[in-house]
Amino acid sequence: MDAAWLYMYMPIAGVKIFWPGLVLIGYSVGVIGGFFGMGGAWMVTPGLNILGFPMAFAIGTDIAHIAGKSMISTIRHSKFGNVDYKLGLIMVLGTMAGIEIGAQMIMWLERLGQVGPVVRWVYVGFLMLIAIMVFSDYAKARQKKKMGAEAGEKGVEGFTWYKTLHKINIPPMMHFKTSGIYCSMWLPISVSFLTGILAGFLGIGGGLLRMPALIYFIGTPTHVAVGTDLFEVMISGLYGAFTYTLKGRIELVAVFVMLTGAAIGAQIGTVATKYAKGYGIRLAFGTAVLCCMISIILKQFKYETPAAVLILSTIGLICIYIMTIMFKGAANELREKKEREAMAARA
Amino acid sequence: MRRIYHLGKTLLAALAMMLPATAWAAGEKATNIVVVADTRRVTGILKYFSNLYNTDVVMSAIWSVVLTVAIGCFLGFLMDFIMERTGLDLKSRKIIEH
Repeated sequence: MDAAWLYMYMPIAGVKIFWPGLVLIGYSVGVIGGFFGMGGAWMVTPGLNILGFPMAFAIGTDIAHIAGKSMISTIRHSKFGNVDYKLGLIMVLGTMAGIEIGAQMIMWLERLGQVGPVVRWVYVGFLMLIAIMVFSDYAKARQKKKMGAEAGEKGVEGFTWYKTLHKINIPPMMHFKTSGIYCSMWLPISVSFLTGILAGFLGIGGGLLRMPALIYFIGTPTHVAVGTDLFEVMISGLYGAFTYTLKGRIELVAVFVMLTGAAIGAQIGTVATKYAKGYGIRLAFGTAVLCCMISIILKQFKYETPAAVLILSTIGLICIYIMTIMFKGAANELREKKEREAMAARA
Repeated sequence: MRRIYHLGKTLLAALAMMLPATAWAAGEKATNIVVVADTRRVTGILKYFSNLYNTDVVMSAIWSVVLTVAIGCFLGFLMDFIMERTGLDLKSRKIIEH
């Protein structure tokens, strides 16, 4: 049987691509990105590269896809009330300025000829820090719970650094209703500025850094951190789509094919947050970060195939985990709804 | 009108040159070669956009953003319409951390 119809010609990259693979990548990243609140460039870029896209095209195509996918997830999260638009817009300012400074630092390192190894090891260092922070926060919260600590508004929490940071009293003070926090405007600006510098320096979208920063330093509930971060990823993704098209590194056809898969995946990932506990999301996020870190270390030592296998199996397993949460939760909700309706009919 | 369009194009191109070229470059650095779309093997709308990319890259970049937004919104609202028919409550959720 002729399988030519399964391949699509990409006019700019000049390669034929297995399009069901694009749909599958879009779907998986939609599920994971919608659940964790990040773009997921670390998953898409190796996937596109394996399908046959040259690396530069994989990065550019990935960015435009992330913008569209984040838009789909933001629409859904917004209905749940998970997007703090005021906080997101304020943070965009800090993020953009930070990315610019981070990128200038990269150019300086490029002139010194040290860019590759420095960036990779800094990336590994920060991923390790995030993973340690997430897991020790969980351990601390469990310990506090065992010792019978009094639960606050968000239950028993591990690290509460944001409470100290909320005491900073530099005007203007702002109330972020959706997140339920009251703090100085300079706190989200500073946090986004610092995560922006890191994102620009590391050459990533920044969702991986911003999501935990929103939880631990600004104090947004996990679900709102996910939605607000996606809103930011959407804005920076659109900017990225523009600049990468100017450089001729985006294959728009592939973006649209991936978006069809992402549209379904994003619904599953986003709705799954409704049935997941905040700490469940944090732990799965920590595991993803850890696997991402190990794959970068493997790449650094030229173990390209094991790195790709690790990333792809992480994506597969996390996808199954999220889908299980979503389908179990949805089935329970529908069953309870049916029971309620039956009881009401009997009464 | 034409002058405004050209001025806008120049400003956008300058902005893109000045702002971080490396901001998203997680992988290897892209080489400075000019990539041209092969319009011989595509037809219809794909041919139109490939030609546009070859002749007016700024316009093509603007179209990339506009189409990404349009398709993102279309798919987002379409899936929203479908999901609402599943009977799930998609407008409220409890925030439970533990």
